[in-house]
Amino acid sequence: MVIKLTATAPQLKETPLNRLHRDLGGRMVDFGGWDMPVQYPAGTIEEHLRTRNHSGLFDVSHMGEIEVRGADAIPFVNRITSNDVSKLIDGQAQYSALTTPLGTVVDDLLVYRFSQDHLLLVVNAGTTEKDWDWIKSHHAGENLQLKNVSAEYCQIALQGPDAISILQQLTELKLADIKYYHFTTGTVDGVPSIVSRTGYTGEDGFEVYAAADKAEQLWTKMLEVGKAGTDTGVLPCGLAARNTLRLEAGMSLYGHEIDETTTLLEANLGWICKLDKGDFIGRDRLAQQKESGIQRRLVGFEVTERGIARDDQEVVIGDERVGKVTSGSPAPFLKKNIGFAYVPAEQAAVGGEIKIDVRGRLVGAQIVKTPFYKRAR
Amino acid sequence: MANVPEDLHYSKDHEWVRVDGDIATIGITDYAQDSLGDVVYVEVPKPGDEFATNESFGSVESVKAVSEVFTPVSGAVVEINESLADEPESVNSDPYGKGWMIRVKMSNPGEVDSLLTAAEYEDFTKAEKE
Repeated sequence: MVIKLTATAPQLKETPLNRLHRDLGGRMVDFGGWDMPVQYPAGTIEEHLRTRNHSGLFDVSHMGEIEVRGADAIPFVNRITSNDVSKLIDGQAQYSALTTPLGTVVDDLLVYRFSQDHLLLVVNAGTTEKDWDWIKSHHAGENLQLKNVSAEYCQIALQGPDAISILQQLTELKLADIKYYHFTTGTVDGVPSIVSRTGYTGEDGFEVYAAADKAEQLWTKMLEVGKAGTDTGVLPCGLAARNTLRLEAGMSLYGHEIDETTTLLEANLGWICKLDKGDFIGRDRLAQQKESGIQRRLVGFEVTERGIARDDQEVVIGDERVGKVTSGSPAPFLKKNIGFAYVPAEQAAVGGEIKIDVRGRLVGAQIVKTPFYKRAR
Repeated sequence: MANVPEDLHYSKDHEWVRVDGDIATIGITDYAQDSLGDVVYVEVPKPGDEFATNESFGSVESVKAVSEVFTPVSGAVVEINESLADEPESVNSDPYGKGWMIRVKMSNPGEVDSLLTAAEYEDFTKAEKE
C-alpha cells in the first residue's frame, strides 16, 4: 500500500496548542494551511464514540474571528449574511452564511451578538483571509470598525454529554442557564473567556474562546478535570473525528456540501435564508430560485451494500451519472456508511434508491432523512 | 516503534510476505496499519485471481482514507482471509497474524529474494519518516 506521508512544511500555520498536540501523540496534517492533529493515539473511532458517550476535546483555534463594532454593525452584517441578525438578542449566536450575488456561499459562519453595536463573526479557518477581504470590500460607508482578531483568540470545543459537568468545575458561570446557541462571558479557570453553548458534533457542549496565550492552560485544565486517561474521561479528538461527528449530525462542511457553486437552497439551508428580512447580497437570486424551483438538491444517503462511499465519487441513477458525493465516510456511532450528495431535485425524495460509483464498482445506497444522528434530549 | 518480525519479507509499499514452500501469505505491516488508523473495510480478490508483481489486489479503508494494496510477488490467489469481512480491525490489532489478507501460489518463488529484509525495511521506514 502507499502511505501518504504528510511531512510538515515549515510555512504551515500553527495554533497555540501545536506543541501539546505533538506531546499527546497527535498525527499532524496540513489542513487548509494549518498544521493540525487528524487523530491522537486512541484513534478516530474511539474519539468519535467517546464524544457521543462522554466527552471530547477539540482544538478549533484555527477558526477565524472577525469583530464588527459600531452603530451600523447589525444592518451591515444583515446585508452581507443570509440569516436575520436583527432577531438576535445580546448573548445569542446564529448560524448563517456569507452569500454571493448568485445566492451561493462565500462561507458559513456563526454570528455572535454581544450588544447592539458589537458582533463577532466566527468563520472557517481555510476561508478566513477570503472572508476578511470579502467583508472589507462590502463595507460601504457604514458607521463601524472591522477587525480581524483571529490570531488573538484560541477556541477550544468541549463536546458531549459530560461536557457541562466538566466545564462547570472550572467556572462560576451557571452553565445550565446558557441556552443552546447562546453564550456568556466570564472566567474559566480564572481566564476571561467567551463560553458558548454551540458545537459541531450533534452533542451538547461548549465552545470556549479566550486569549491565545491562555490556550495551553485551558486545554490542560480541561483534560485534568475531565479525567483524561480514564476509560470514560475526556478524550482529545482530531479533525477526522470532528468530521465524522458533524457528518452524522447532518451538518455541512464548507468546501464539501457548500461553496461558491452551491446555493443555500440547493444545500437545504433555506432555514437560514430570511428572504423577508430586507435586502442582502444574493437575496434576489435566492428569491427567484425559490420561486422557480431548484434543479438539484443535497441529500443524505446510507450505503445499503458492501462498500464505503467517499468524497467526489459519482452518483448513478438508472444509467445516468447525476451528481457527486460531497462527503462520504463510515459513521462510527451509527455503524453505517453514510454520506451527502447532490442529486437532481426530482430524484431527491427520501427512500429513493441510488448507486455510488466506488472506484468502478456501483454500490447501492438509499436516500435517507438527515440528520443521520440525533441525540436524545 | 513499529513491530517488524525478522522472519518475513517486505515491500517498499509496506506489505509483508511470509513464505512457506511456494505459498506466500501477504498482509500489510504494523507501520502501515498504524499510519492508516482504524481499519473499517478490507477488499480482497477471489481465490483463483492471478496477479503480476506489484499489481493492486485490493484495498484497505480506514475511517479517513482508502489505500490500495499490492502483490509483492506474482501468482494466483489460493486463499483469502474471510474473517476480515467481519473483523477488519484485525489488520490493526494483529497485522502479521489474524490480519493477513491473501495466500498466493507464487509463479516465481525467486522473486522473494528481491524483497526487503526486516532490517532493510526498518531502515526504509525510518528514512521515509524523515
